[in-house]
Amino acid sequence: MHAEAELAQGPACSDGRDVQPDATPRESAIWRALASVADPEIPVLSILDLGIVRYVHWRDTPGPHVGITPTYSGCPATELIRTAVHDRLAAEGYANVTIEQVLAPPWSTDWLTSAARAKLAAFGIAPPASAAERARGAVPVLCPRCGSSATRRVSEFGSTPCKAHYSCRDCLEPFDHFKCL
Amino acid sequence: MTEALVRDLEAARLRYVLQLADTSLVLAQRLGEWVGHAPALEEDLGLANVALDLLGQARLLLGYAAELEGRGRSEDDLAFSRDQGEFLNVTLAEQPNGDFACTIVRQVLIDAFQLELYDSLQRSSDHRLAEIAAKSLKETRYHLAYSAGWLLRLGDGTAESHARSQAALDALWRFTVELFAADDSDTAAADAGIAPHLSELEPRWSERIQELLRQATLMPPPHTPYRWQGKRGEHSEHLGYLLADMQFLYRAYPGARW
Repeated sequence: MHAEAELAQGPACSDGRDVQPDATPRESAIWRALASVADPEIPVLSILDLGIVRYVHWRDTPGPHVGITPTYSGCPATELIRTAVHDRLAAEGYANVTIEQVLAPPWSTDWLTSAARAKLAAFGIAPPASAAERARGAVPVLCPRCGSSATRRVSEFGSTPCKAHYSCRDCLEPFDHFKCL
Repeated sequence: MTEALVRDLEAARLRYVLQLADTSLVLAQRLGEWVGHAPALEEDLGLANVALDLLGQARLLLGYAAELEGRGRSEDDLAFSRDQGEFLNVTLAEQPNGDFACTIVRQVLIDAFQLELYDSLQRSSDHRLAEIAAKSLKETRYHLAYSAGWLLRLGDGTAESHARSQAALDALWRFTVELFAADDSDTAAADAGIAPHLSELEPRWSERIQELLRQATLMPPPHTPYRWQGKRGEHSEHLGYLLADMQFLYRAYPGARW
């Protein structure tokens, strides 16, 4: 499988930029394997949906090198994700896997795929505004249950580092908003 | 550069990284003390989230410091086995939580400082520091939005919340002098392009804080002489107790991993 096929299933940014257009076949196979690694805190999202896998390099090394960037620097899921990536690749028979932490450029919610935004909303989490939406002006946070724009922020900080706590004035339900970073 | 100069610069670099790491680590530990005790569930979560970001930043910095030191110590060793005199955090960070107003005032003063610091440090000639700063800056914007939002509500709130916020500001203001008092490693790091000059950060910090205080109807306290030297390892009486709590487990079970 080549880069075109991967675009449809994951390693692309929401702005359509392919993270690694020149992937070799065995690097592409690693990307496909990583597509089934779920985020431990928001399991409807894969780590590719989140845009935290920054590269897969496997050219002159005995095993693949996978670059992962943390969402927030203190996010406890980071360690779990490293383990999950390691376990998934081991289960597929890959040895000598090296996982590298990437800090620059810092993770942005603009790297969430459009599929990720739809999955978040279906899961009951209001997705972050995309860069294109923000460029058009203030974006209301819509209630993921009833769709109302009459929502209020209860707290900037929610149940995980990446979420803020909101509530809906129409259906009165509390909900999480995946905040822009 | 001569060998001696290179050695001096590397020593200053390590010291500078430890200063930044320790301020974030100690403040994270302080904020963590609120978990289960904050005035409302949302604030419990908010303070814990800020603490978690600061802890993450401290880990990145301590990991880098451990590499620079090159003595085989890990980030955990640096966090849990150094004594009070080896901690280089600013004295403000270790001040006790007090009431919620005191915690918020301390937080606003440090958040606004870290915002200016990381904004400049993104352009550091030290690649690792620049990366950590760029990452931390995004998180710090949320921290300041939170603490400044509370400062406005407390300062411009009830007579009680106003009085407590003013009292907290009066008690903590004297520690802010240290934020901008450059010591030898600050100056050496700045001269080498590793760190911004603190004198460049001060007017930006001061302008932001004065505007926040004005909106919160709080009176800026008069300037006080510089007396605190946490960055040199000379701390107030509070740090030892904080470290005893934070380091107990690692010292009881040396080399413990989790």
